[in-house]
Amino acid sequence: MIGSPDVVAFTKEDDFGEIFPDPCVLPEEFAVPLFTHAANPWTKTAYAKFSKDFILISEFSEQVGPQPLLTIPDDSKVCGTFDLNYFSLRIMSVDYQASFVGHPPGSSYPRLNFVEDSKVVLGDSKEGAFAYVHHLTLYDLEARGFVRPFCIAYISADERKIMQQFQKLSSEFSKASECLKSGNRKAFANELLKKLKDLEYTRSVLHKESELQKMNNGCYSTQAIEKANELANMEKSIYEHKDLLRQITSYPSRKRKDPECVAYEPEKPTDMTDVNLALSSNPSELEDKTVSGDEANDRPSYTPQLIKAKSAKCFDKRLKTLEELCETTFFEHTMEQLKFIERSFRGDLCYMYTSQIDRALVRRQKITNFLFEEEEEEEDWREHGLTKQFEAAGPPAVNQPPSASDMLAEPMSLDSYSSCLDTIQIKPEPEFAEGPPESSPSELTQETSEEAADTETKGSFSSERSMEAVSPGNLQMQYRDTEVVGMSSSSEECTTLADNAFLDQCEADPSSALYETPSVQTETDRAVHTFPLLENDLAMNATDVYQTGSVQVDTACCMGQEGFIHEEPLPKPLRDGCGGDMVVKQEPLSLLQRDPSLQGDYVLGEPALESPSTALSLPELNSNTLSEEMARINVEDASDTTSYMSTSTSSDRAPSPFCHGNPVTLKQKKRAGQSALRFIRQYPFAQQAIFCLLTGRTLVVLGAEEGTVRKLVNALSIFVPNLGKYGETVQPWLSTPFQLTDLQRWKLIGLQRMASPTESSILHSLIRYSRYIGILDADNKTMRCPPYKGALLGHLADHRTQIKRGSTYFLHVQSMLTQLTAKAFLFTFCHHFHLPLSSEDKESVAAHRTSFFHHLGYTEEESKIVHFLSELIKQHYVQGPSKGTSQSVLRFNYTTSYLYKI
Amino acid sequence: MLRWILGGREAQGVVEKNSVLFSGEEQPKNCFTELQVLKGHFDIVRYLVQIDDFRFASAGDDGLVLVWNVETGERLLELRGHTQQITALVPYTITQEDLTHTSLITASSDRSVSLWDPDTGNRVQTVSDLQSSVKCLLVLSCHNIWLSGGNGLCVWSSGFQLLSKTEQHSDTGVTAMVELPRNYVAAAVDREIIIYELKVSSTESDVSIIAFRHLANHQDSIRALINVSDKLFASGSHIGELIIWDSVEWTIHADDQIALEDLPYDGPLEIRLGSQKQSEVSIQHLVSDGELVVAAVGSGLYVYNVQNKCMVACRKLAHDSDILHTKLLSQSKLMSCSEDGSVKMWELQEPLLLAEPTTAGFFGMWSFGRSNKQGPSPKRIPEALGLKTLELMGDLIGHSGAVQMFLNFGERGLVTCSTDHLLIVWRDGERQSSLRGQELFQKLEENQGLS
Repeated sequence: MIGSPDVVAFTKEDDFGEIFPDPCVLPEEFAVPLFTHAANPWTKTAYAKFSKDFILISEFSEQVGPQPLLTIPDDSKVCGTFDLNYFSLRIMSVDYQASFVGHPPGSSYPRLNFVEDSKVVLGDSKEGAFAYVHHLTLYDLEARGFVRPFCIAYISADERKIMQQFQKLSSEFSKASECLKSGNRKAFANELLKKLKDLEYTRSVLHKESELQKMNNGCYSTQAIEKANELANMEKSIYEHKDLLRQITSYPSRKRKDPECVAYEPEKPTDMTDVNLALSSNPSELEDKTVSGDEANDRPSYTPQLIKAKSAKCFDKRLKTLEELCETTFFEHTMEQLKFIERSFRGDLCYMYTSQIDRALVRRQKITNFLFEEEEEEEDWREHGLTKQFEAAGPPAVNQPPSASDMLAEPMSLDSYSSCLDTIQIKPEPEFAEGPPESSPSELTQETSEEAADTETKGSFSSERSMEAVSPGNLQMQYRDTEVVGMSSSSEECTTLADNAFLDQCEADPSSALYETPSVQTETDRAVHTFPLLENDLAMNATDVYQTGSVQVDTACCMGQEGFIHEEPLPKPLRDGCGGDMVVKQEPLSLLQRDPSLQGDYVLGEPALESPSTALSLPELNSNTLSEEMARINVEDASDTTSYMSTSTSSDRAPSPFCHGNPVTLKQKKRAGQSALRFIRQYPFAQQAIFCLLTGRTLVVLGAEEGTVRKLVNALSIFVPNLGKYGETVQPWLSTPFQLTDLQRWKLIGLQRMASPTESSILHSLIRYSRYIGILDADNKTMRCPPYKGALLGHLADHRTQIKRGSTYFLHVQSMLTQLTAKAFLFTFCHHFHLPLSSEDKESVAAHRTSFFHHLGYTEEESKIVHFLSELIKQHYVQGPSKGTSQSVLRFNYTTSYLYKI
Repeated sequence: MLRWILGGREAQGVVEKNSVLFSGEEQPKNCFTELQVLKGHFDIVRYLVQIDDFRFASAGDDGLVLVWNVETGERLLELRGHTQQITALVPYTITQEDLTHTSLITASSDRSVSLWDPDTGNRVQTVSDLQSSVKCLLVLSCHNIWLSGGNGLCVWSSGFQLLSKTEQHSDTGVTAMVELPRNYVAAAVDREIIIYELKVSSTESDVSIIAFRHLANHQDSIRALINVSDKLFASGSHIGELIIWDSVEWTIHADDQIALEDLPYDGPLEIRLGSQKQSEVSIQHLVSDGELVVAAVGSGLYVYNVQNKCMVACRKLAHDSDILHTKLLSQSKLMSCSEDGSVKMWELQEPLLLAEPTTAGFFGMWSFGRSNKQGPSPKRIPEALGLKTLELMGDLIGHSGAVQMFLNFGERGLVTCSTDHLLIVWRDGERQSSLRGQELFQKLEENQGLS
């Protein structure tokens, strides 16, 4: 069905050669390619069958083959007509790692492979879908080889997005995957513990029964021997499980050095005691200790189940869901992370770029960022919060490898079985009887041992069926033989031929091995039957890829590259002759890594770097998709003032950006931009109000109605310098008289006008401190403040502005304020504006200042703005990030205020 | 003024100016364009004392003495020990071999007096269980002794040993003391000024104090007592009498007697003015630089030249409420703070030609209470005196309660303390800005450029 698989796997390649950018040329990221088509440049998604990017989690189910599990966002509209099943098949097909877990030849026990995740980019030109695919394996006691292959894919219609955001995607998904796997290890260990208890219990029951048999029928009766065999199997099984437990618990010891992982290993110490107990000495002790421990810890105790030696059909058992495979908190955390990834990669690539460049530039100007820019590192905040959450849940992990003494304490009886363990694939796991609800949910529905399942799926169907014919009794007979004979060729016979072949294949070529198996299943009438042939091809291709160490990109992947603005500095992709397929020997690099100009630090006296920094003000990740915003415009901008008033009443109660303790987000600021736009259109004295804020004169918004006042405060907040992460310098609603210290602290105050005795005291404070404040009367629509003369704020707040959208206006404001900030920065750090040179006197400093402002074309009022910003910068630079307001001072000037009216 | 706030719709392009007093928002001569609020006290702050160039102490009704750095606004020390309000705070400077060390002596309502080291915060000396709480303190540095005035007068050595004490006075006790030449001390006790003679033995180990003379010229209790110069001291009473005394002869300064000749007529006038608040004419504070005496009379300011024995300038309504403290900054500049919560800066200016008289009621020069109501008395218009005007240069508004006192640190700023428990340091914004600039470039150098 698919002629040539569009598989791209990335391997590390380097040595692109140095790029020497011409300093005069406009940086790549600002060059706008000519768009020749008449069509909407954002219609890339038109030919895709889904409306926006989404994350898909798929599984290669051992029962049904590749299947989609869930999408983020979990909305059917997102995927549209996009065939998730088909795409799951595609993305699962490229798991070249094919981690084989089970019995690697030469090792005596089932071994868990701690497989590194693999990251692949895949394109499907037909579906118009491109995906970053992150493969990972989770452990499942009941799964074949104890592993369940999963993959998380970020699917987008924009291939460039995938390619260029590869590293960021990779690191984000790795975090999510790491979290999921940590949770899985924990769940797996718990499952093993339960299973061990079951086994111990069953062993004790069997032991009693066999004693009984011996008593009744003599030592050499068939029943007695049968029981003895059963008991022996049980011992072996216990040993194996203990070994698995040891392996899984020893995993993090090498991983944990990675600081990223630490946060995700918050396993409870009680688990460790269980693990240690389980791995230690004799079963009775274990049980005793567990019981006492359970009581002490007041946890729901687990009642051991009797495990019946009964094999179940492979496809009858219910496999655990993804959620069951992972500890709940970890799972939820992973989902949160994935949602965050989905959010942060939303929108058009160019928007993401701009914001990334912007953030990179913003980072360079950390001296002035506090004035108007967003607080840095939302992600850090997020992770910090989550880490804390986990810290609260319990101290971090205790997955230490069991000590040697633990291992030595293994029951001696197990030794006799160890010799044949490596050859025995089919273990007649004693199955449990109808279990009480405490047992794991999967065990209730499936009646097979994990190793049996392992073999069953690996093996051909014919062999499977033949095995089904073998009754448990027969199997036991076989085992008895094995036991009696010891390690011999006959013991190998009990494994299927297919298995042997399989093992061999695995040795030879692990990547293709995984896809070998299903091809045998073609006769079966299962959903799986659609893919094996394809799978084979894919697998072969994948194998090829790894062997050559190159990377394949399908034609569609490379199509848009000529028009791709950031592609130029890269070496031209190598093309091979066959059918437009090409091999790109490169790893996707983030834009910023490639641009040396962005790597440089922000140096004083280098105006070349200043211009980009002032030109761009998109300080955060895009939090709105284009479509969402479009929808909003229609609602918000079509409405006139009256409808605004009516709609505003509902949004008045909307969460204020100044909730106590909550950081002010960009989204809130953008919404404030909408209000600000209305404000400057409605109030002719908006410039005066903004002038107050920019010169550090506290602006008091006075009004009787809380909603109106809050709305105005919200609108004006985008002009407040040094707003603070939590909007500390704004008091949106105050109903008590303010004090002088409040003016020091708050630069924007919403004040309640009340017809009560408190009014007089409020009025008194207004009159008393009138020289330090500007007063905006929301009820009478008047403004009392010093006059402003100049053109600068006219650009900032033009009531005839053509800007329609709040977010656009916000960005406009940001860019204007950034320009101002740049000037204030320059003013602050130019020596001759502050300190006289040795030969000069104070007048020369004043003259320098005057000429500076004259050169800028700033009026006296505008120079006051720069002075105020400069003072803030000085203070911030000298004292470091605000050391509380207690040490701060209130600056003011004595100027006459005027009353402005509409 | 704020009708628009109340919903008025009248066209008010420009904010109206205070009709009584110029207090417009343009204050080009007011350099205090930056303030810093210092928090620390829990009750009214009443006293401020300068320790050295950059340190000062504040004390008040919460019994705390706090030591501050005026430049940074940093609280350096907290001197705890008194259980009740502080009633007096004076610096005690000892000079030994070129080394000057300033300590603080505090008196409190808990009837104890303590000596503090403002460098360490230690309570060096303390005497408690005094017979009465001390209301005023006077340090006589020439003899290295100090006096405390409560119901009686006590003389203490620098080691807090009681050297001598006088008999107990009435309940009012000693409210103020000044040092006079030739080992005499003048103390204000209710309506009279008592001159005490200190007899110090040659070894300075034996000191005795005896009342030498009682001067009972004031009609009401004395509110203020200051030294004007080596030869003169001044006292002001609750009903507005100001008397300049000769420090040696303890007689009323000859020319002043003329001004005070109206006093016998006070009686009937007082009855007529019964409705008037006494505090309106009370002399709350006196300050002098040797040439000029500034009297804070009610809410008005009066400037008197002791050399020429004439009024120089006055402003009957300088503040909205009683003036609590004044200070002459220079020959022509003075500052006052008031219960209305403001600090005002004044300048003595030559009157403009054809200017109207600043006030109609300056004739009863030495009895301001009457002058308010008396109206102009044509025969006494002192045209020849060349009366100056007292022009407002600027005001500082910040406190929400009465400003009790202020302390001027020159270019480092001005500290005010108030009933609202706060202290405010007012600074020259320009100077602070350039200081911060220096600091910035210093740090820039330390950091070796922007990083």
